[in-house]
Amino acid sequence: MSATGYAVRAEGLQKRYAEKKGAKGGPHKLALDGFDLAVRAGTVHGLLGPNGAGKTTAVRALATLLKFDGGRAEVAGIDVRRDPRLVRRRIGLTGQYAALDEVLTGRQNLEMFGRLFHLGGKRARVRAGELLEQFDLVEAADKGVGAYSGGMRRRLDLAASMILAPQVLFLDEPTTGLDPRGRGEVWDAVRALVAGGTTVLLTTQYLDEADRLASHITVIDRGRTIADDTPDGLKNRVGGDRIEVVVARAADLAVAAKVIARVSATEPETDEVALRAHAQVGDRVAALTEVARTLQDEGIAVEDIGLRRPSLDDVFLRLTGHRAELEAAA
Amino acid sequence: MSTANTHTMSTATEPVPTGPERRLYWALADCWNVTRRTLTHYRRQPVTIVWQLGFPIVSVLLYGFVFGEAMAVPGDGDYREFLMPGMFASTMAFGFMNTTMAVVTDSTKGVIDRFRSMPMAPSAVASGRGVSDLLVACAELTILAVTAVLIGWEAEGGAPAAVGAFGLLLLLRFSLIWVGVWLGLLVPSAEAAGGLYAVAFPLTMISSIFVAPSLMPSWLGPVAAWNPVSSTVTATRELFGQPVSGGTWIEDNAVLMAVVWPLLITAVFLPLAVRRFQALSR
Repeated sequence: MSATGYAVRAEGLQKRYAEKKGAKGGPHKLALDGFDLAVRAGTVHGLLGPNGAGKTTAVRALATLLKFDGGRAEVAGIDVRRDPRLVRRRIGLTGQYAALDEVLTGRQNLEMFGRLFHLGGKRARVRAGELLEQFDLVEAADKGVGAYSGGMRRRLDLAASMILAPQVLFLDEPTTGLDPRGRGEVWDAVRALVAGGTTVLLTTQYLDEADRLASHITVIDRGRTIADDTPDGLKNRVGGDRIEVVVARAADLAVAAKVIARVSATEPETDEVALRAHAQVGDRVAALTEVARTLQDEGIAVEDIGLRRPSLDDVFLRLTGHRAELEAAA
Repeated sequence: MSTANTHTMSTATEPVPTGPERRLYWALADCWNVTRRTLTHYRRQPVTIVWQLGFPIVSVLLYGFVFGEAMAVPGDGDYREFLMPGMFASTMAFGFMNTTMAVVTDSTKGVIDRFRSMPMAPSAVASGRGVSDLLVACAELTILAVTAVLIGWEAEGGAPAAVGAFGLLLLLRFSLIWVGVWLGLLVPSAEAAGGLYAVAFPLTMISSIFVAPSLMPSWLGPVAAWNPVSSTVTATRELFGQPVSGGTWIEDNAVLMAVVWPLLITAVFLPLAVRRFQALSR
């Protein structure tokens, strides 16, 4: 497996949960139902899916935190089920919360985790110093983590995952709850790690995050892999460019949708809040000219009109039947 | 793929422990590292220990001086003398809340998951907690004893018996570590854990800490006497040379029961805590 250049590989992973807690043998729910994944070494691989699709379950199973019921998994060439201890020496995990000691300083956190990674006191100290520098935390190193900003916490959390310079890093929603600046900081840190040779498996509810970082994306829904491709490949599946019109008055939205329908083979979608109608088109320029002229002829006030590439959000909608943000907000 | 990794960092890792000796070595080393973490907490926030001790010290002063003169003690004893072993034991008994809070904080913040994803000895998560809790308990007992001596209390049973009494108190605290770890892994949030005070309070009040069971209503007395905390309290009163005769079997065998109860609690809650920890991977 490692010979083929894959850092993570899962085949037909199954994870069952009893529907009622503790009721063994009773009705159960499949959190993972034949989940497949292949992550190339040295890349960022995005794992996307609606809430409850099994993203976190998959990551926890691969990171040895959760026993799975069926299928097989290898991480860094090691069988996860057979040798979880060995896997733990090759992986780093950053979960949905910064798993840090709030009372200790950043440096004390890294030294503690370093000693628990069995580096020994002296090497743990040296390694903590290196990581503080690498993640740009030298100034805050001796402040209590309780006083850190969200972005700093996540960076320290990443640093703690990198103590043994793991081959594979699992990032489970690493920027959830961060402001744009904090997200940017985490993205930079992740890019630097990958440049250094680390393989990253990233789950996120932000599709733009996956679009920016991941070179490959797996979409999971109801515990099963439903798509696996590059971001561009996924977008091409949804079809070509879309024409998009934003009207000034809500009353005009239906008319705009009708006008768009004439140039598109698919039913236009409308967004009543943003006063936006859009649909996929074949001949981009002809469609744009046609729609613009017709709207003008009919006297409809247009705020904005244009062509855009499909987003991962469109991919998501097409593949799972629901929008990512709606699920995330639910 | 490991050859594709070109990290130039100072991380060499020692070989994976294989033999039982190496496992034992790392179990102890990791335990100590987790212990150090908690001790560093107290070094960074000395105020925490002040708060933790504030309650028993204030209780000693409140109960000893505000209620002291009005409280009845079986026989003809001094209430403050009667109270001190109770305060020692109640500090040990309430200690399980500190364990619970620490474990629930680690588990909700993902620190326990991080530990589990690391190649450290899994037992250290609990053993490190336990060792630091016991060290803190020693500090608590020392400070309480100093306070007690300052207000005129003394251990009249001699030094060896006093050492035995403190041993029994620590044994009670030891057994409650497992209750704390189990509860900490069971409750969903620190807020929910805070609600446990409402349960812990009557559990420690309905005991011989403040009032002798023989002075309670006849339906409540036996309940209080059979409370495991009561056995430790009664036994330490005996060992400190301030015995209170109760006349019931459970009170007459207090020293024995002060050993049996904690062992029983450990026998029940240690496996429960371990099972709960293992259940995290299911």
